[in-house]
Amino acid sequence: MGIKFSLLSVIALMAAVFVGVKVAGLHYFFGVVVPYAALATFLVGFIYRILLWARSPVPYNITTTAGQQQSLPWVKQNKLDNPTTTAGTIGRMALEVLFFRSLFRNTKYEYHEGPKLRYQWEKWLWIFGLLFHYSFLVIFLRHLRFFTEPVPGFVHRLEGLDGMLQVGLPGIYITNLIFIAAVTFLFLRRVVIPQVRYISLPADYFPLFLLFFLGLTGILMRYFSKVDVVKVKELALGIVTFNPVVPSGIGVLFYMHFFLLCVLLAYFPFSKLMHLGGIFLSPTRNMPNDSRMRRHVNPWNYPVKVHTYEEYEDDFREKMIEAGLPVEKESK
Amino acid sequence: MAKVPKPNELVFDYNVPQKWWMDTKPEFKPGTWCYPGKAKNLEVLGLPNPREWSPLDEDWKLPSNWKEIIFEGMRDCLNKYRSLRVFMDICVRCGACSDKCHFYIGSGDPKNMPVLRAELLRSVYRKDFTLAGKIMGRIAGARELNEEVIKEWFYYFFQCTECRRCSLFCPYGIDQAEITIIGRELLNLLGVNIDWVVGPAANCYLNGNHLGIQPHAFKDMIEFFVEEIEAVNGVRIEPTFNRKGAEVLFITPSGDVFADPGTYTLMGYLMLFHEIGLDYTWSTYASEGGNFGLFTNNDTLKKLNAKMYAEAERLGVKYIIGGECGHMWRVIQQYMDTMNGPADFLEVPKSPITGTVFDNAKSTKMIHIVEFTADLIRNGKLKLDPSRNDHLRVTYHDSCNTSRGMGFFDEPRYVIENVCNNFWDMPPNCIREQTFCCGSGSGLNTDEFMEMRMRGGLPRANAVKYVHDKHDVNMLSTICAIDRAVLTPLMNYWVPGVDVTGVHEMVGNAIVMEGEGERTTDLRGNPLEGMEDLSDEDL
Repeated sequence: MGIKFSLLSVIALMAAVFVGVKVAGLHYFFGVVVPYAALATFLVGFIYRILLWARSPVPYNITTTAGQQQSLPWVKQNKLDNPTTTAGTIGRMALEVLFFRSLFRNTKYEYHEGPKLRYQWEKWLWIFGLLFHYSFLVIFLRHLRFFTEPVPGFVHRLEGLDGMLQVGLPGIYITNLIFIAAVTFLFLRRVVIPQVRYISLPADYFPLFLLFFLGLTGILMRYFSKVDVVKVKELALGIVTFNPVVPSGIGVLFYMHFFLLCVLLAYFPFSKLMHLGGIFLSPTRNMPNDSRMRRHVNPWNYPVKVHTYEEYEDDFREKMIEAGLPVEKESK
Repeated sequence: MAKVPKPNELVFDYNVPQKWWMDTKPEFKPGTWCYPGKAKNLEVLGLPNPREWSPLDEDWKLPSNWKEIIFEGMRDCLNKYRSLRVFMDICVRCGACSDKCHFYIGSGDPKNMPVLRAELLRSVYRKDFTLAGKIMGRIAGARELNEEVIKEWFYYFFQCTECRRCSLFCPYGIDQAEITIIGRELLNLLGVNIDWVVGPAANCYLNGNHLGIQPHAFKDMIEFFVEEIEAVNGVRIEPTFNRKGAEVLFITPSGDVFADPGTYTLMGYLMLFHEIGLDYTWSTYASEGGNFGLFTNNDTLKKLNAKMYAEAERLGVKYIIGGECGHMWRVIQQYMDTMNGPADFLEVPKSPITGTVFDNAKSTKMIHIVEFTADLIRNGKLKLDPSRNDHLRVTYHDSCNTSRGMGFFDEPRYVIENVCNNFWDMPPNCIREQTFCCGSGSGLNTDEFMEMRMRGGLPRANAVKYVHDKHDVNMLSTICAIDRAVLTPLMNYWVPGVDVTGVHEMVGNAIVMEGEGERTTDLRGNPLEGMEDLSDEDL
């Protein structure tokens, strides 16, 4: 549900920029006001969301154990999938955050007549998920060249590495291709697999379209409708140094690209994109499986009415005595 | 009760409906839902809105301010459980969990995909607790709370066994069991629950165990097994009950006292403890290892669990050993110490036979009988004759709760491989942390739910069929009392010719006891390998 709605929303956003910049001349608005507002929304919203989550306690240790527990000394523990120590838990989280450990396990179920059920290792979502996130990270880091002066060495090295194919002029960045391919895969997967399509919401399509057009406008600017990067850098540096300037003569394509980024930032804290922060607070992953060794404390643990042994004995005393069971009191 | 279709009559249809899920309603077909909780059981447990009602009625007799109750309840849970807060916000609907659920595989109903089961709750959360949901409604995945939603929650939160298989595959660790647990917590605020859960819970509250066995009867039943054991090998065992000053309190699910084949597992416990001379006692007050409170709500869970530590303290034991049970161990591992601890009055468990200190249980002070036995075997303290299990060709079902709530994999396998000679594991995607549920956990092991049980148990049964066909496996072993009760009909349905056993039943068969006569049968009275020709007169 909501493919068209999401696509039209993103197109409408771009159209708004086109009209705003080309017709109304709102360069300052799209070049300065919106970015600051978006950044502020992102920062405040992100922190607010994290604090909101963190304010609720974790009453029980509900870690999902995904390997052999620590047990008798001669039983080999799986220290990363079922950690008991802080170091092990950090290791588990690192695997999860950096390599998508759980998604790596993914299987695909198949039904055959019989019935016979089969499960296959399903690696594509994992692969494209990783490709998407890492290419986005590299692209993000590459863009630091616009926001820094002097540009840190690692940004140049990253650019060199990313552009090592040296195809065309200006050179093709590998991550640009990967990014577009991965976003396209994630979209197609969502549309083509009936079950995934059935569970999808506009909130799933919208970010994909947003990212796709963000990438597309970036690529168009670099390879086809070239923008004056010196002026773009002037604008970008102005923003980060709190001396906003709006150089004239930057094409509208840039403003579209920049605006989509702003929308992404502002949308982030209110959306599923918050999985970025959420994974770190997920109680099934970020706790060691040590609740038999160390008592986990629930801050709201309150007493409940129990049926005490004394009440129980009162209920059954005669029967217990008759059966030869020991009792605390011979009578009430 | 609903007639259960034959295996070849079951249809598996994975096509998604034409209508979007917010526009479809569950159909309360016989065999897919459980009978509602009886008023008298709710009253015993102090649960709200006790009344007689039926899911088939239009009017579920909810309290007049039910909406308010749910909103308050949701707010309360959001403030109490970070899990709920995070899980409500971060799902990206990637669908990795969708085909991991045994009920989805068995039913093809998209609302049994864990992601969608969670969306049933999330959609209401969005409407009332997020700005986007308030303003944009459906576009933001939000929907109005109405009675149809409550009915849908009831249907699908009681079609989830809290097995946590989805949580293993979720890239963010979103745990559908947690969502089901909280969903049931909310439903219980309205008195919407099932009798197969609140009935046993009420029994347990008053009588000490789910089956409502009273103290004298409990003693009688155990003593019956003493005679059974004597008939098998001539050894007379003398268990004690409610005995103060024993070193160990032993607690196991009451299903093992009551129903085959769990009873044979219980005989195994008795034989093992007798043979090693363990100074232990049974309790009639804490005569239940399982805890159907886990399937009711937080307070009931705590109420029932409280008896374990209370009884250990009253009897003055040093520590507790727990029998073979699944959800019992989820509770002991992840809830008990937090809820009802600290157990300062107990000591860190130390095996009196081997001297092994169980540091892994140094706070809960409760150890699993399988780790206890594994340690005995490892230290050569048991004389075992695995050939007495040669008539069995065995595989092992990892119970969900001991798997994904503990990581208890190698200990049972070590014991099995020492007590029997023929063991084969099922294929890797179906065992250990990836194990499939029996299809009847979390209080759904009731007969009126049989069609869904057989559907939900299909993935497990199919993996058993694989080793049955390939290795002629005829015995499915497990360390869970619900499994022992429900896998038997599941095997009869999907894989006839495979029986079900507890691990300690096989220990009981294999253990060579001091002063025992020659055994010709196993604990079930089936002839041992090579003894098939002995007629009754020869014995």
